[in-house]
Amino acid sequence: MSTKVTGRPAFFQSYGQELALFNTRPKKVGVALVVLVAVLGPFFLQDPLLRTLSLAFVFAIGALGLNMVTGLAGQVSLGHAFFVGIGAYTAAAISGDPDARTIGFGVQEMWVWLPAAGIVAALFGVLVAPIATRLRGLYLAIVTLGLVFLGEHVFREWSSLTGGAGVGRSAADPVLFGFDFSQSSSDSSFTGPQQLYSLMLALLLVFALAARNIGRSKVGRSFAAVRDRDMAAEMMGIDLPRAKTLAFALSSFYAGCAGALLYTISGFFDPGSFSLLLSVQFIAMVLIGGAGTVGGTIAGALFVSLLPTLSRELPRFLTFLSSSPAETPNVFQVEQILYGLLIVVFLLFEPRGLYGIWVRLRTYWKSWPFSY
Amino acid sequence: MSQFLEALIRGLGTGSVYALLALGFVIIYKATRVISFAQPAFMLTGAVLTSYLVPAMGFVLFTGLSFLLSVTTAALLTGALALVIERVAVRPMVGKAVFTIAIITLGIDIAVRVVVNGYIGIGARPIGFPWGIDTIELLGLSIQIRHLVMMGTVVVVGLALYAFFQKSPFGLAMRAAAFDQEAAMTQGVSVGSVFATSWALAGALAAIAGSLLATSAGVDRQLWVIALVALPAIILGGLDSLEGAVIGGLAVGVVEALVSTYQRDYAPWLGDNAATVAPYALMLVVLLARPYGLFGTPEVRRV
Repeated sequence: MSTKVTGRPAFFQSYGQELALFNTRPKKVGVALVVLVAVLGPFFLQDPLLRTLSLAFVFAIGALGLNMVTGLAGQVSLGHAFFVGIGAYTAAAISGDPDARTIGFGVQEMWVWLPAAGIVAALFGVLVAPIATRLRGLYLAIVTLGLVFLGEHVFREWSSLTGGAGVGRSAADPVLFGFDFSQSSSDSSFTGPQQLYSLMLALLLVFALAARNIGRSKVGRSFAAVRDRDMAAEMMGIDLPRAKTLAFALSSFYAGCAGALLYTISGFFDPGSFSLLLSVQFIAMVLIGGAGTVGGTIAGALFVSLLPTLSRELPRFLTFLSSSPAETPNVFQVEQILYGLLIVVFLLFEPRGLYGIWVRLRTYWKSWPFSY
Repeated sequence: MSQFLEALIRGLGTGSVYALLALGFVIIYKATRVISFAQPAFMLTGAVLTSYLVPAMGFVLFTGLSFLLSVTTAALLTGALALVIERVAVRPMVGKAVFTIAIITLGIDIAVRVVVNGYIGIGARPIGFPWGIDTIELLGLSIQIRHLVMMGTVVVVGLALYAFFQKSPFGLAMRAAAFDQEAAMTQGVSVGSVFATSWALAGALAAIAGSLLATSAGVDRQLWVIALVALPAIILGGLDSLEGAVIGGLAVGVVEALVSTYQRDYAPWLGDNAATVAPYALMLVVLLARPYGLFGTPEVRRV
């Protein structure tokens, strides 16, 4: 391994250097700064915003999973909501109260239910894979769409597990070694949302680091090869069914974990949550953020999750908008239209998403004054 | 036996509507190689337009005729809307990855549906179908009139499409463009207008389907989900086969009707409303056996 030439950040002398976790110094410094700001968040942000942000972090974990199968391996999945649902119910069933109306095994510890949720979802991902690996492109999109509808039906009807449509059940409690993150205990100086925010941030960092490492490992590079040209990848000795199955399993693992965590914040969920809309939200996160990149996906997840909060503020500036759902036009309509339009606009004008905007800015300043 | 036959006719009725929707998907797919997820929005638009047009057309002599006129007008208007959307949001993307375009249509679908929902209101809007859910007795079977209307519509529309694609010069151009875009262009076919026409046709078909579907319970905000049942139908038939779309649509309708008739007695553990997801289960089973549907062209991979 040779040393890096100072002052030439983009000049790599070995393959290993380019593939390093942080291959340039600005990247290392930038990530450190962002993490520092995020860690300091609880000290200067209000509880409602912290709650929204912790939700956004969990969405980011789920989006990282979709990014792995869609962004990295290029397999279109509209079925992410299905795997999120499986994770959510696995976690809720394991940690649920055994005496309650719905199935529960009373194992409250998070280190049990979180991996279990991921593994069960991953198993379902592997189950789906035999169909998925035989199909390409839009056929796959439709089949995964079918999964969402089948899943929604099962969740609605299996009321001893899910509580039934319109009723729902309580979610898993974020308890780690006897410490409940959602409740502010007497010997802790932090509020519930502050604790949850820290927990979700820590988990997001772990999952993001893992995603980045998978992305630059042999497995992740084989995914990218499959995405770029599956036939060429096969010629280079990549086992196509195996790579696709693995991509689905990893993606579902992330989705399962995200599902398990998603409802610990509100404490309650309903079988109707796992609809096509949730899948579309995840797709919007990945596409708006920048498909195939970890940083971009997280940025996209934050952006999409904060969109409702932002659009609630709109009536203040656009007085013709109403904040009551009974009148037209109201903010809820604007919010939904924004989802749709943002996807369209980003794909039309900046297909690489927020990440692409960042790359363009970076190139502009790097090559200044000769940037054209 | 009569229970079976009645279920069969019910299935063929709704299956005809699915066939109309599936035809729209397939026409767009053949012309542009993209599945347009915007079809549900066009279906909802058509149904809502019809629900507003029928009262406005009260001057026409028969109620049946005013319904027919309204549906036709709604189909034309929805086709025009589809044309505009294709021109604005889809045409700039020609040549990009099909997945990207498919997701764009998904975005369009959400945006259009929100606007249309604003005109529906909270509950269901009556659509002004003159016979509602009235039944007639035919050979000892009681059959809803609307199912007969649906079957009649698919026959008329199917024949019209057949004549258009087989006999008219532009239909020939569309078939040529679907077969090989570049070769068609060198022969003077305007591929752009082929794209536009395919969207307009699909929009119009979806509008007719939406209006027919709303004949029982009116237009509500959940109606759009039914348009997605056409997806199993086109997968069954194969993405690029018009005949397959009709057969797939009818098959999905029949399976749905049979499941809803018999599942309660023979497989109650499947839960209520298992019929609504039966098409998706059927799709998974067919795909395991035939990855390109029953009538689709298998993809040839050349190294």
